[in-house]
Amino acid sequence: MNNLVILPILIPLITATILLLIPKRIMLQKVISVVALSLTTIASIVLVHTVFNNGIQTLELGSWRPPFGIVLVADMFSSLLVLTGVIVSFMCILFAFRSIGKERERYYYYAFTQFLITGVMGAFLTGDMFNLFVFFEVMLMASYALIVLGGTRLQLRESLKYVLVNVISSALFVIALAYLYGVVGTLNMADVSSRVAESGQTGLLTVIAILFLIVFGLKGGIFPLFFWLPGSYKAPPYAITALFGALLTKVGVYAIYRTFTLIFYHEPQITHQIIGILAGITILIGAIGAIAYKDVKKILIYNIVTAVGVIVYGVAIATETGYAGGIYYLVHDMVIKGALFLLAGAMFAITGTNKIQQMGGLIKRHPLLGWMFFVASIALAGIPPLSGFVGKVLLVQGGLEAEHYVFVGVMLFSSLLVLYSVMKIFMNCFFKAEVLSEKEEKGSTKGLVYPAVILLAISAFLGLGAEVIYPYVWQAAETLMDPSIYIQAVLKE
Amino acid sequence: MEIVIIIVAGILIATATYLMLSKSILRIVIGTGLLAHGAHILLLAMGGLKRGAAPLLGQQADAYADPLPQALILTAIVISFGVTSFFLVLAYRAYQELKTDDMDKLRGNENHE
Repeated sequence: MNNLVILPILIPLITATILLLIPKRIMLQKVISVVALSLTTIASIVLVHTVFNNGIQTLELGSWRPPFGIVLVADMFSSLLVLTGVIVSFMCILFAFRSIGKERERYYYYAFTQFLITGVMGAFLTGDMFNLFVFFEVMLMASYALIVLGGTRLQLRESLKYVLVNVISSALFVIALAYLYGVVGTLNMADVSSRVAESGQTGLLTVIAILFLIVFGLKGGIFPLFFWLPGSYKAPPYAITALFGALLTKVGVYAIYRTFTLIFYHEPQITHQIIGILAGITILIGAIGAIAYKDVKKILIYNIVTAVGVIVYGVAIATETGYAGGIYYLVHDMVIKGALFLLAGAMFAITGTNKIQQMGGLIKRHPLLGWMFFVASIALAGIPPLSGFVGKVLLVQGGLEAEHYVFVGVMLFSSLLVLYSVMKIFMNCFFKAEVLSEKEEKGSTKGLVYPAVILLAISAFLGLGAEVIYPYVWQAAETLMDPSIYIQAVLKE
Repeated sequence: MEIVIIIVAGILIATATYLMLSKSILRIVIGTGLLAHGAHILLLAMGGLKRGAAPLLGQQADAYADPLPQALILTAIVISFGVTSFFLVLAYRAYQELKTDDMDKLRGNENHE
């Protein structure tokens, strides 16, 4: 029992409710958002620290013993994601202060962001399958509002598709929950896990597992269920795309990790093999998309798809090294995707376009922006001193231990393509002949760059200070490897 | 009894799939409504349809119906209600702005914004 566990959900929720009351007072909204996010960050840091020292923290809501009540569970995996998620959304909101515009701010932009954070944090921390569904919906509804906020033609067109896809995947989620309840008769994750382990994973449960894979794959954007992602993420402004790219798909990935390490781990030759194959194809498709486009935003969006494939493959490796690599890469990717989208947003603020051909020579007047984009690019590709390297090394190591040579080849090859795709942006937009003279520039980057600076500093720390992060990641991987730790912490038998 | 409900749910979901694959936005929204219905009665059927009193302690019965699926469905209904109303308004707004309800005409890429 520890009330600390609920703070990352409760603070954004209360903040959002307050923000609903003061839509026209923008300055006050900004102050409240910053204060609330600082508090949430502090709470998450304390949470990570507590979990590290005292093991898994649980909170039985209303003092109902699990499996009868809803229980919130913070193990190291979820607390790390909570901390990263809060920091990234903090930076996205700081970016939004100067970029999102009065009109959107007056129509509840900050309130919706807080609701989105509530949903994401809840999804990370819950220990109940149906509660996971509810937090998914909280997150998705906030994202529907954010994706269409502003109401441009492109946003309307794309949000129709986005909403439709998510309505279908939510209905499938309910159906999957119905089947699961019909078979095991409980919805508490730890209890489901122990009952599945008792009865052995029958064919029926494997079918349900694959249905869950389809549901979470739709949310997370793995092949062949990623088709909605490039169009939808293209539509909203950069501050919102950064938030989506860093958080939303990662919640689907987290859910895949949770279900396939905690509940459905008894038939790896079926489920984990399917996950592995799909993840491999996802990596390739994302990389192909990233090199095909000449549009900054599209390239970065396809890089999300690649990263999702890389992270999800950690489940298929199913060793402690593989999980550790996946977790490390997940944390790194949330940070670096946030940074890249914010930098691209700053470029958009200067040039007013996403097309590579219409930019050029930006380095002359924006050297800081240019070199930061360079650093973010090589971090994304996984060049040694930066954060992307450690996760990929662990994944390669895990892949070699598990003798998945094809995957290791695919991942290393995709790193090359990813590097090519972002270097294409860097070389074309920052070097080459100048396209825009000083007077033609659409705006300044004043105040837009420093959130990305902070994210890049964190990324550099994740790479250089890997020794500091390692024990945390290994503890998370250990819990994923051995579900009985989780079950005992929740059910206390 | 479960068999009947499951077949009905199957028919609902099949109809929903058919409607959601059509061109008009309104038919798609109707499809999502049917899909939600299918999912909800499936949830009810999977909880078991044994005979028993309504889950009210005042009924003093020997056996009660399982209350958990009913609570889950109530939650899911409210959620899908909220999403459907948002979806309808979104479709209306898109119709006003884009002057079409034909999903085929809503394709296009960056060059046709």
